[in-house]
Amino acid sequence: MPDRRRVVLRDERVTLAHGAGGKATHDLVRALFLEELGNEALAPLGDSAVVGTIEGRIALTTDSYVVRPLVFPGGDIGELAVNGTVNDLAVAGARPLWLTAGFVLEEGLEIATLRSLVASLGAAARRAGVAVVAGDTKVVERGRADGLYVTTGGVGVIECAVAPAPERVEPGDRVLLSGTLADHGMAVMIARGDLKLEGDVESDTAPVHELAGGLLELGDGLRWMRDPTRGGLATALNELSDQSGLAVRIREDRLPVRAAVAAACEILGIDPLYVANEGKLVAVVAADAAGEALARLRALPLGAEAVEIGVIEVEPAGMVLLDTALGGSRIVDVLVGDPLPRIC
Amino acid sequence: MRYVDEYRDPLLARALAAEIRGLVTSGESVRIMEICGGHTHAIYRHGLEELLPNEVELVHGPGCPVCVIPMGRVDDAIAIAETDGVTLATFGDMMRVPGGRGSLLEAAARGADVRMVYSPLDALELARRDPERHVCFLAIGFETTAPATAVTLLRARAEALPNFSVFCNHVLIEPPLRAILETPGLQVDAFVGPGHVSSVIGTEAYRFIPEEYGRPLVVSAFEPVDLLQSIAMLLRQRVDGRCEVENQYTRVVRPEGNWQALAAIEETMEVREDFEWRGLGVLERSGLRVRDALAAFDAECLFELPGARIEDPKACRCGEVLTGQIKPWECGVFGTACTPERPLGTCMVSSEGACAAFFSYGRLRRPREETPIGA
Repeated sequence: MPDRRRVVLRDERVTLAHGAGGKATHDLVRALFLEELGNEALAPLGDSAVVGTIEGRIALTTDSYVVRPLVFPGGDIGELAVNGTVNDLAVAGARPLWLTAGFVLEEGLEIATLRSLVASLGAAARRAGVAVVAGDTKVVERGRADGLYVTTGGVGVIECAVAPAPERVEPGDRVLLSGTLADHGMAVMIARGDLKLEGDVESDTAPVHELAGGLLELGDGLRWMRDPTRGGLATALNELSDQSGLAVRIREDRLPVRAAVAAACEILGIDPLYVANEGKLVAVVAADAAGEALARLRALPLGAEAVEIGVIEVEPAGMVLLDTALGGSRIVDVLVGDPLPRIC
Repeated sequence: MRYVDEYRDPLLARALAAEIRGLVTSGESVRIMEICGGHTHAIYRHGLEELLPNEVELVHGPGCPVCVIPMGRVDDAIAIAETDGVTLATFGDMMRVPGGRGSLLEAAARGADVRMVYSPLDALELARRDPERHVCFLAIGFETTAPATAVTLLRARAEALPNFSVFCNHVLIEPPLRAILETPGLQVDAFVGPGHVSSVIGTEAYRFIPEEYGRPLVVSAFEPVDLLQSIAMLLRQRVDGRCEVENQYTRVVRPEGNWQALAAIEETMEVREDFEWRGLGVLERSGLRVRDALAAFDAECLFELPGARIEDPKACRCGEVLTGQIKPWECGVFGTACTPERPLGTCMVSSEGACAAFFSYGRLRRPREETPIGA
């Protein structure tokens, strides 16, 4: 590749010219995106990234991120856009390999803000061991977007013989959770400031590929995995009960929720079971593999608080039940409406 | 969490459940109505019915403020929201309540500016921040939320805000209770009284229930241990042969209520001649309107409202659910034509509504209850 002159970006804010495809676009891509995300596959800036060959089945995913505010305690939209997509690959049983990133920028966004968010995206990709190999930038008029939207796509490879799937879940299997619930959703909600609530709550945004990788080594003992994001644990488990045709029974007294998060949920009347997580893993494992699975999760920093939260049963088919701490029980139903909009 | 965990203590709950079992005679039936939607929600959320003996049956009453708003008033709110230059602000639960022309959420999708707020003061702040737009707060609720609306009205007047109004749908707790108590063949033996309403109106306000209708009432807080204790107190009254108003929620509720809150309501609102209730029909002197002195902030004076009365859908039996005559699942459309996703009746809209709470948390218990004895 020819050695190019270093491009300096002098603009303080994103203008429509940065999306016009001309020199301003070029400068933005070279002096900002390439500088923060640069790697061999991205550097040629061709129409497509040409990457290596893959041995195994391929996992593909895409996700868009529209969180407001762009920066929140514990993370920002850049980090979220990597972790969310990496996690979608990881819980499918795939090892994440490459990402693409599409940016919709709002005219007027500060270049310094954009740079810090893209830098954060780059750092998150390096942490997760993936390269951002292709990208795109568009600019829309002021007022037509909340600063910045990001869409990431991901490619991963499934190397295990049998990937985890709902149809592999059996009665008697155990349900494991890698850590505390509802941190991300409540952190964003509080950061938004509309609620006049203050609290020491941080988003849990993190890549769970190492947690997932540890469980994949259990082989047949691992049945199913999910990252309980939008709609929270309740939604993920309802999808499992629906797709497997089995019942999921969880115990309220086992569900880990940080005190500040529990208090915020209590004040707002929101059930933490329905609040988004961005760095958690929920897995179903065979009963005789549960001890080993918990040990593997707890051996990693992100899984230090992992717990067994429930069991798979035959009846009532297709439902999630909660044994309440008081000794009663109730259905954990699918979410209707959206208690917390625009959190990821 | 302090001030919460104490009231969710499983050991204490089990002890109270045992006490309750000791207060009923095997085979008898005691029907207790919890008036407040917050109680209904707590009962289902914590699975409290499973802790009670079969002799005690809980009936879910009319105290869900969202559930009692008639369809015509929703249409009026939509008309306000669809007026040029107007922002309608309201509590999240109101957004999905079906009117004759759909819900506020659907109006928002068509282009109306509808905002969700957590307090009427947030609506006032919207008006301050955007003087170009008129902000109307759709006020709902019993005496619980009326003081916040009252304070907001007083503040709007103090600031002489020209772009703020209230569409007042506040209602009073006594008229629907009387309507229920006068339902022919009423099968409610005792009442769990609402906690938040009582913090405003006090416990004295319920004396007509034992005195005129011969039913005991215990004002209760909202945590599971509170509710179990209130049920035990009601059953203890029966055993002792007493019939009176008692207060379990002593940490908040005073016999005389909150005079400052009552004074704020009195200063800003007056009782309407009548008000239409979803499922209960028109009840005399049951609603509040903004006083004439504050007409400049009264949406009913500022906007041309359709003001139509719309019949509840015939298949919907919200009225019988609200008065405790049928269980939610005895309604023909429960869980089929009427679900939390597409509610036909208002009891299915708010998570405090009897139908939604039953659908979301308790519908598993239905088959057992449905099995006819001796079949």
